[in-house]
Order: sequence, then C-alpha cells, then structure tokens
Amino acid sequence: MSMNWRNISLFALVALLIIGTGMFQSWNLALAILNMGLVSAIMALGVNMQWGYAGLFNVGIMGFIALGGLGVVVTSMPPVSAAWSAAGRELVASLLLGLAVIILAVFSYKRMSPGKLRTLVLIGILVVGFFAYRAVFDPAVQKIEAINPAATGYLGGLGLPVLLAWPVGGALAAVAAWAIGKTALGLRSDYLAIATLGISEILVAMLKNEDWLARGVKNVNGLPRPVPYEISLQQRDSFVAWAQNWGADPVTASSIVVKLGYAGLFLVVLLILIAASEAALRSPWGRMMRAIRDNEVAAEAMGKDVTRRHLQVFVLGSAVVGLAGAMMTTLDGQLTPASYQPLRYTFLVWVMVIVGGSGNNWGAVLGGFVIWFFWVQVEPMGQALMGFITLGMEDGSALKAHLLDSAAHMRLLTMGLIMLLVLRFSPRGLIPEK
Amino acid sequence: MDVINAIVALLNFVIIPATAYGSQLALGALGVTLIYGILRFSNFAHGDTMAFGTMATILITWGLQSMGISFGVLPTALLALPFGIAITALLVLGTDKIVYGYYRRVKAKPIVLVMASIGVMFVLNGVVRLIIGPGDQRFADGERFIINARAFREWSGLEEGLAFKTTQGITIVTAAIVVAALFWFLNRTRTGKSMRAYSDNEDLALLSGINPERVVMITWIIVAALATIAGVLYGLDKSFKPFTYFQLLLPIFASAIVGGLGSPLGAIAGGFVIAFSEVFVTYAWKKVVTYLAPESLEPSGLLQLLGTDYKFAVSFAILVIVLLFRPTGLFKGKSV
Repeated sequence: MSMNWRNISLFALVALLIIGTGMFQSWNLALAILNMGLVSAIMALGVNMQWGYAGLFNVGIMGFIALGGLGVVVTSMPPVSAAWSAAGRELVASLLLGLAVIILAVFSYKRMSPGKLRTLVLIGILVVGFFAYRAVFDPAVQKIEAINPAATGYLGGLGLPVLLAWPVGGALAAVAAWAIGKTALGLRSDYLAIATLGISEILVAMLKNEDWLARGVKNVNGLPRPVPYEISLQQRDSFVAWAQNWGADPVTASSIVVKLGYAGLFLVVLLILIAASEAALRSPWGRMMRAIRDNEVAAEAMGKDVTRRHLQVFVLGSAVVGLAGAMMTTLDGQLTPASYQPLRYTFLVWVMVIVGGSGNNWGAVLGGFVIWFFWVQVEPMGQALMGFITLGMEDGSALKAHLLDSAAHMRLLTMGLIMLLVLRFSPRGLIPEK
Repeated sequence: MDVINAIVALLNFVIIPATAYGSQLALGALGVTLIYGILRFSNFAHGDTMAFGTMATILITWGLQSMGISFGVLPTALLALPFGIAITALLVLGTDKIVYGYYRRVKAKPIVLVMASIGVMFVLNGVVRLIIGPGDQRFADGERFIINARAFREWSGLEEGLAFKTTQGITIVTAAIVVAALFWFLNRTRTGKSMRAYSDNEDLALLSGINPERVVMITWIIVAALATIAGVLYGLDKSFKPFTYFQLLLPIFASAIVGGLGSPLGAIAGGFVIAFSEVFVTYAWKKVVTYLAPESLEPSGLLQLLGTDYKFAVSFAILVIVLLFRPTGLFKGKSV
C-alpha cells in the first residue's frame, strides 16, 4: 500500500477507538475487541484473496471457520484411548471405505463411455457403497459414543501443541475447499455462491451431529492454550509482586497479560500473512490473478488456465479463513458448533471486506477491525439509544419493555445500513484498490 | 391389509408433508426466479422478505383476533394475508427505490446487486427481530385437522391413522390457486406478456415501447405477494421463527436453480423435487417396511438414510448433481 496519510490516519482512528474503549470502558474489553479484531482481519484477508484478487463469490466462510475450529480439537485434545481401542480401527476403516467408494465412483464415471450403463453403474456403486459404509460406520460410532458420554464420547485428538492446530485448521479448510472448488468452480458465479452456502451449512450440521468427531452440541471444553492460565499467573508470587509494582490488581493484570499474549501471537500471524499476500499481489502471479478477474476471456486467450487459477486462489483463501477459525477457537478455549451462524460468520466477514475495500489487503484488515469494533459496540449504543427513546414512556409499559429488550437486534440493522451506505456512496471501500 | 396400512403410513408421513413443503418451496422459488428473470440478480434477501411478510400478517392476525374477528374453521391469518401482502409490497418497492434502483440506473454488474441484497437481508433481519423478536410464534387457529388420525382409524378400521392438517390442505390449495393465477397473468395478460418479453430480451422489449420501470414495479409486487404467501403458509404449517426463514434460503435457491433460474415452471418442479427428496431421505422407513416385509425380514434399525439435521445436505446434493449434468436446470433457465 502506498503509505499515504489518509490510510495511516484511518488505522490510527481505529487504534484510537480501541484505546478509547480501554480508557472509558475497560482494558479487558478493549483487548478482547483487539484480539477478535485481529482474527477478523485475517478472515477478511482470506475472503479478500478470493473476492478481491479473483472475483470468486464465496458465501461459505462459516464452514471454513468451523473446520478450523475442528482442526484445534483433533490436533490438541488428548486422545481418548478407550474409544480408540473400542472402535477406532473400525471407524477409520469405514471412513477409508467411504473414500474408496467415492474414488471408485469418480473413476468409473471418468473411464466409462457415456450412456445408460454408466449411469446405472454409478448409481449402483454409490448405493451399495453407502449401505456398506453405514454397516461398518454405525456400530463403530455407537461404541465410541457409549464410552463416558458425559466427559468424552469421542475419539479425542492427537495431543499435540495447540499452535500446531492453526496450520492444521488451515489445511482442513484447504482440503474441503479443494473438493468444493473441483465441483463448483467451473460453474457460474452465483451457483458457486449457493454451493458454498450449502456446503457451509452441511459442515456445521456435521459438527453438530457427529459426536464421535468433536462431541457435537455437547461442545469440547478446555482446549489447551498457547498462553498461561490467569489462575496460574495469580498464584505465581513473582507475577503478583510485578503487578503490584505497577499498582495493578493481580486478577485484572493477569487477564490483561493473557490477552496481550494472544494479541502478540495473532499479530505475528497477521503480519506474516499480510506481508505474504502483499508480495503475492505485486508478483507476476498477482497481476495474472487481477487480469483474470477483470477479463476472463482475454486472460484465457493469453493462455492462462482460468479454472485452475481460480481453484488455486479458492483453496488459498479458504486455508487462511480456516487458520483464522482455528485461532478463534483457541482464543475461545472451546468448540461450540451451535454458535456457528451464517449471519455472524459468513455475511459479517463480507461486510468487513466490502467496507474495508475489496482488492486491497490493508483495506480488508482495516474493515475487519472497524466492523468488529462496531459489532461489539453497537449493542451498548443501541441500549443507550433505546433508553433515550423510551425515556418519556411510563415505566412498565409493554412497548418500553419490548424496545429495551430488542436493543440487541440493532446490530444486524446497523451492519446492513453500513454495508448499504458503503456500497452506494463509496463502492470501493475505505481503502480502495490501487 | 398390510399393504393398505403401508400406503396410509406413506401418505401420512411422506406424501402429504412433502407436498405441503414442496408447495411452500415452490412459491418461494417462484419469487427468486422472477427476480432473477426480470431484475437479473440472485436475491439473498428473499428469505427475510418472507419473514417480514409473515410478521406483518401475524401482527394483523393478532389485531383481528383481539377484535374478535375470525374466519370460522379457517385460520384468521388468511384474512390478514392481503394486508400483509400490501405492507410487504410497500416494503419491497421502498427497498427498490432506495437501494436497487440506483444500481439499475448505473447499470452495475449483477454481483453488486447481490451484495446490495445481502445488505438488505441484514437490515430486514434486524427489523423483523426488532419488531417481533427472535422467538417462535404460533398463529394458526381454526380447525386443526381436515382428517383426524383417530377418526380415520375408527372409520377405516385400519391400524394406521391418517392425519391431514388444515394447514396442509390450505397450503396445497392456496399454492395451486396462486400458481394458476400467476401463469394466467404471465401468459394471458398484456402486462404479463410484457414481463416475459422484458425477461427474454431487454433491449428488444425497450425498443417495442415497454416501460421498464412499470415491469420492475409489477415484478416486485408479485414477488412480495409470493413471498408473503409462502412465508405465511410455512408459518401456519410449522411455526414462525425469523432464523428458520433465513435458513429457508438454501432450499429455495436450490429449487430455483434445479428447475432452471428464470423459469417459473422450473421453480415449481424444483420445489417439489427438493421437498420430496428431503423428506424421502430423512424419513425413518421402518414403519412402512415393517408392514410390507415378511416377519422374518423385519428391520432392526430405523432405516433412516440420513438424520433430519442433514436435510440441507439433500438439497445440496441434488443441486450439485443437477448442476453437473444439466447446468441450466431441468427446464432450460437463463444465465446472465
């Protein structure tokens, strides 16, 4: 980005907003906003790769975020050895069987000549394969879920350090994106949108229902953390002395230090990603991507393999989103599949990209921070507004109670308004593409 | 006797619910497909337009109920429906004037209109939740059943009962009437013909003196009516919850695309294809098979292909299959 004063002052403004939150509300809240802002910025970067570089309309961001969260569970939770010994082998066998069926189906479809026979064989393979898979899969799942369902009831993870889970989350998302892209990318843009919307709902439904994988709606709590626990800091004498030296309450200080630890880790990831994506955008590859986006036909005539490039950038962008999803789950310390909602995770990230400036990495990052800040702060603002509106009403009136209750829904309304206003009056976003 | 029992069970748990659901999806998909055909973008706000229309209808239903007006054996919501449609029509005309009209004038790319519709979706979502709250609302009244399960059992002497809810009956009948009226309008009236002409070839239509603004306006009004009717029927049949309506977007889009975007006939076919396959795949077939199979072969499991939570997977799988093998849908749709 040309480091011009306008952009620097925009970022400074965001910093000021967060610092203001710290001074007038609490530093805990300010740091919480900063942390999720960093995660949101990375999500927006990923989406910006797909939309801004290549013009791919992906409405399945929620699914990739959820897959990133799954990555944390399967990497960092300790394995449940009882479950593995009960039916681990059978479960893996059934999954391999399912994979084999799909490969066989694709293979037979590609190798046989078109005709009724091919269709029949394809359907035959899929139907027989499905029932064979279920016959092995169902009993294995029952055995696994029967083992101490209140605490585990799933296979557990690999017990590796949680930082490793971030790239694993990205990789999971990348694999899913490859499979989706392979089928849907050759199609028209709005079909891709619907396809990704569908797949994200399916991924979340899977997380909710496949208890053997990540306990479903029973949630996985107590994920390992890359930073120390507040309580262990408070028990350390040196920390308490250090905090009192600063004139701070050890409890508050410990939670602030922990949050700062997360912020540091996230900032490192964000800086690496933004450096890499800026370099990529300026490289011949970046020029090619923009050329494809601006005129597919011309790019194709120049010998560029448009579908292949699209697949590449789709996988890359989704991997970044998955990485951010893994980071978010680590920050939360738990995986709660029921909390994945498309408005919050898919469409809000879209608002970030549009508002920030599609096609510009810094814009996407800025959008991530700004929108996340307002997403958090609109609620108290809405409360204040409703309090003001209802000031003249008598206490206990149904309308007053209703208005005060529904202040929480001001968020969606505000996000929609912001998006519409930006689209209308500044369609290229806060920091436009050069 | 067992065969008849099996047929009754099939009717009760599969055919009737799927037909009702299919009618609701078809009406929703008709709205999506009309917008796609005339205004040339995929309207992501459609689910929330349905929610808004239903909300307006519910509020008026409550008003009517509090005044003591009812519709006899039929739900009061049917009386409120025309008012709900009028309010929703005003709303969508308003959004068109404020939001979409501008992008049409500057001839923005379709994807920009899709983005704008996402903004409208957010706003409508917020408005609906602000007014009626995010919770479940039931507003069906009147007679609950056309055919009652117990009465049917006593009448027929069968083991299996057949229940036919009033709301299901109303859904199917209303959908049939609305679809007939829509097709009559599109094929027989001057305005309908001008809409089809505009959809087929915009430039040619403009040259022959069709007023585009009028076409767009009428399209929005029809879409508002379709969305409200679909939403109210769905709400009567199940219940009204803003988030469910937002989620309906996926099966509705799947129906429209499977049938061929821009083709009204396709939207109806797509709606039924999606609804029937969803119900078929997520229904536990144990009951039906128990009646048909000899005792020795009685199934031990539920015989459910997929859990009900995976119903999205079904719409999605059909969507992918159709797109891979017939990219323009079952009935040749258009592609921008």
